[in-house]
Amino acid sequence: MPLSDFLDEDLSIKGSKSRSNDLDLHELSYSLGNELRVPQVERPSHFIRDAFVDVPEKDKLRFAHGTTTLAFAFQGGIIVAVDSRASMGQYVGSGTVKKIIEINPYLLGTMAGGAADCSFWERDLGRRCRLYELRNKERISVAAASKLLANTVYYYRGMGLSMGTMICGWDKTGPNIFYVDSDGTRFKGHIFSVGSGSTFAYGVLDQGYSYDMSVEDAIKLGQKSIYHATHRDAASGGVINCYHVKEDGWVKISSEDMMIQHRARVSERKAEDEASDAAKAAAAQPASA
Amino acid sequence: MSILEYNGGCVLAMAGKECVAIASDKRLGVQLTTVAMDANRIFRMHDKLYLGLTGLMTDIQTLDQLFRFKLELYAMRENRLMKPKTFASLVSSTLYSKRFAPYFSEPVIAGLDKDNKPYICSMDLLGCVAEETEFVVAGTCAESLFGTCETFYKKDLEPDELFETVSQALLAALDRDCISGWGAVVHIITKDGVQTKELDGRMD
Repeated sequence: MPLSDFLDEDLSIKGSKSRSNDLDLHELSYSLGNELRVPQVERPSHFIRDAFVDVPEKDKLRFAHGTTTLAFAFQGGIIVAVDSRASMGQYVGSGTVKKIIEINPYLLGTMAGGAADCSFWERDLGRRCRLYELRNKERISVAAASKLLANTVYYYRGMGLSMGTMICGWDKTGPNIFYVDSDGTRFKGHIFSVGSGSTFAYGVLDQGYSYDMSVEDAIKLGQKSIYHATHRDAASGGVINCYHVKEDGWVKISSEDMMIQHRARVSERKAEDEASDAAKAAAAQPASA
Repeated sequence: MSILEYNGGCVLAMAGKECVAIASDKRLGVQLTTVAMDANRIFRMHDKLYLGLTGLMTDIQTLDQLFRFKLELYAMRENRLMKPKTFASLVSSTLYSKRFAPYFSEPVIAGLDKDNKPYICSMDLLGCVAEETEFVVAGTCAESLFGTCETFYKKDLEPDELFETVSQALLAALDRDCISGWGAVVHIITKDGVQTKELDGRMD
């Protein structure tokens, strides 16, 4: 299959390439969504940076940044879990953001970095995956889908796109996770966590992970890893969303405030402490008697 | 990031009828990482005078020690307790004495004077005093706190009502700030004594 089938000619930047002469009405009405106009300046990629060069730090253009997202593959498929805080600097913009993007019924993408960049390009990816399906009469592989996205962001490299995403799905080769970011990085793996809280999530995830774990345990592990990240990372928090990718597509498992997990954990610990106190008291009893 | 926002945290004080409340969150962080959820940034100077300090935790602790020392000397020399207003002047001049290498802390003072009239004030890190009659705020979510206090404040609240108002104002503001929260503590200062209550807040 030729490479041109994967690359969308509409992706070309209108401002830098002279394609405008053959604009017809048809094109105007149908392709408004995917033409990214670039500023008509000498160095378009420096435009945003230059525009904010003398602005104090607090007034600069800031995107939602802090996040914890994770995805891991195991015997029963893939678990994807994320937090839902949108922070702008230290201000909490929202606590109920959907950071798992449903690209289509068998592909999921996660959102870290710029919310607009992730949601726009993953929606665009969904469109292009559907086109692939119609052209080829079969579903796109996760590898190919993630490469479409990676090629797209690589095209805009240095222009200030900000995204760190995991493309998760089940294709002919089984469950697959690809990490794609705005630097153009793309790699395949079993366990990924992305965002400011990722170090905390990795800690819990690595400690509890095994390939053979049950679906129930895997879901719990995913939620727990995110919970601990929301607890320790100031830029993560809110509702914990969890999805399970199976052979016949993804299912949404839960959408639950992190405080529910927190309270459960606090009472669990309290019960453990009481049990160990009781055991100690029982052990001391025969000695004194 | 400003050094005043390195550890996070905030303090709020509100005046009632013959009572004042001073409250703070309990988070201590290193930038975005939360390292403790039992931080203390409100200090008892005497039974009717409390000092809240926001900003860099190392300076908060140093200032607490310094002011306790100064108050003890004052009490021994004068054989009486310092008035809140006098204490505000002491804090102010202490901070200004470090004009060119300041302590990175913005204090809030809450107390009752001789006739149990509430006294509250806040300061910037160089010691510029701002006396208020209703409420004062400081810390990383000061803007949010102004909003919630502006909304919830009423004149001449009794201690119980004041506690409720301060708690709601604080908890609502904390939820909009990444680097404040993880529980809170409220002190209600009345002529009969001080009531201290811990609040459960969101832990994210």
